[in-house]
Amino acid sequence: MDLVTPSIGLVFWTAVSFLILIVLLKKLAWKPVLGAIHERELSIEDALNKADLAREEMARLSNENEALLKQARVERDEILKEAKELKDQIVADAKNAAQEEGAKMIEKARIEINNQKIAALREVKNQVASLSLDIAEKVLRKQFDDKQKQDALVGDLLKDVKLN
Amino acid sequence: MDFSHFLNYKNSSIKAVFAFSMLFLSFNSYARQQNQDIQEVVKEEVTTGTHEEKSEKFDPTVVILEHIGDSHSWHLWGHTSIPLPVILFTPSGLEIFSSANLLNEHHEAIPYKGKNYTYLNEEEHIVVLGNDGKVNEEVSSKIIDFSITKNVAALFISVIVLVLIFTKVANSYKNRIGKAPKGLQSWIEPIIIFIRDDIARPNIGYKFEKFMPLLLTVFFFIWINNLMGLVPLFPGSANVTGNIAVTLVLSVIILIVVNINGNKYYWGHIFKPDVPFWLLPIMWVVEVIGIFSKPFALMIRLFANITAGHIIVLSLISLIFIFKTLAMAPVSISFVIFMDVLELLVAFLQAFIFTMLAALFIGMAVEEHHH
Repeated sequence: MDLVTPSIGLVFWTAVSFLILIVLLKKLAWKPVLGAIHERELSIEDALNKADLAREEMARLSNENEALLKQARVERDEILKEAKELKDQIVADAKNAAQEEGAKMIEKARIEINNQKIAALREVKNQVASLSLDIAEKVLRKQFDDKQKQDALVGDLLKDVKLN
Repeated sequence: MDFSHFLNYKNSSIKAVFAFSMLFLSFNSYARQQNQDIQEVVKEEVTTGTHEEKSEKFDPTVVILEHIGDSHSWHLWGHTSIPLPVILFTPSGLEIFSSANLLNEHHEAIPYKGKNYTYLNEEEHIVVLGNDGKVNEEVSSKIIDFSITKNVAALFISVIVLVLIFTKVANSYKNRIGKAPKGLQSWIEPIIIFIRDDIARPNIGYKFEKFMPLLLTVFFFIWINNLMGLVPLFPGSANVTGNIAVTLVLSVIILIVVNINGNKYYWGHIFKPDVPFWLLPIMWVVEVIGIFSKPFALMIRLFANITAGHIIVLSLISLIFIFKTLAMAPVSISFVIFMDVLELLVAFLQAFIFTMLAALFIGMAVEEHHH
């Protein structure tokens, strides 16, 4: 039957054109196309890997940052605490010093007052003594104006001496 | 026969489809009967020598076989056709002339006096006429026809189309290195990747790269020719992949590639299969037949599928002429549209199956067993 009998001419031309086609396409198309597809796939894979790496790096960096931040916060707290302590101490020292100074000044004042009091008392005593002597002199002078009284007194005094 | 009541079904598509299939079945038997009538008429004509009735009778078998077969000129419409070169190796030397010389203005075969002999196109076989006007069987059997027939011309066109398409695609790969595919490139690339990742790699294994050019070329060659065959106008219309010569060449190429690349395991499996020694002679026969039956199946599958598709489409069109009524046209056309859409799928499917099986056979030949 004609339908299933391959004609030699068509076999020949098919073989020739198919072989030419395969050679042409291999050179013109399949090599560059498959190469380009392969290269692109590699580059996509590479890019994905790089993105993964970058993401990891980012995570690492942000972790580091957080750690740094935490450390900084701790340090700040410490500094603040120290500063507070220092301030407290300074205030306390100042208070102490002021108190001491005050106490010292009070003491000094008291000593001065005492001294002044003593001096004043001494003065008063001296005044009283001299006044008393003056008074006593004047009294005695008045009493010993007459001779009789003098004798009586001497007699009294001598009496006491004997008793002792 | 009155089928008009079938045409009144409009309420549901299922009923319509059923009606159409009933119609088709009835027509089939009718057409067969008609065929027999025609054959009888033809017989009568042959015996009586009258040609009067010939132009009135429509013989679908002749028309269909003419359409799916090869021809020496490319028929466009009516009495217009593109003449193609006729190249003959005759016992007296090479002879080249235009196929226009073999036809008269009424598109009937006429003898042409060439350099060496007088030629006649007898149902697409170039025969040599003797001096007495009768066919010289002795010389006719000796001429080898290397004409650029319709199929060869269509083949050349599809080769050119393929080269143009793929150089363009390759250029866009060169111009757009590392970028996403665009245009034609993005249309072709998934197919290339499909062939690589779903046909070549799983069937052949790690050696697939060596066979990629062959598989890709086979796939796109079959596919483009299948598609061109579906186009009823000039650049298409030839039944290239539905011609046994074309599928023969393709499968012989696969046969050669498979057996050239067959490794020791492949040949070992053929000549030293794991059977009792007294079975070996039978196994040799079976295995050697197997070498040829695999590509043979490839050849027949592609040829039969594409030819069958063309025959169905042409039969449906022929119904209009068998019934000699335009009322048949909507029925035929809707069936033809359905078949054409189906053939679009078949065009891809057959290209895929051919490539797939070629890859499978190559894979079996290069596979490394470790028993």
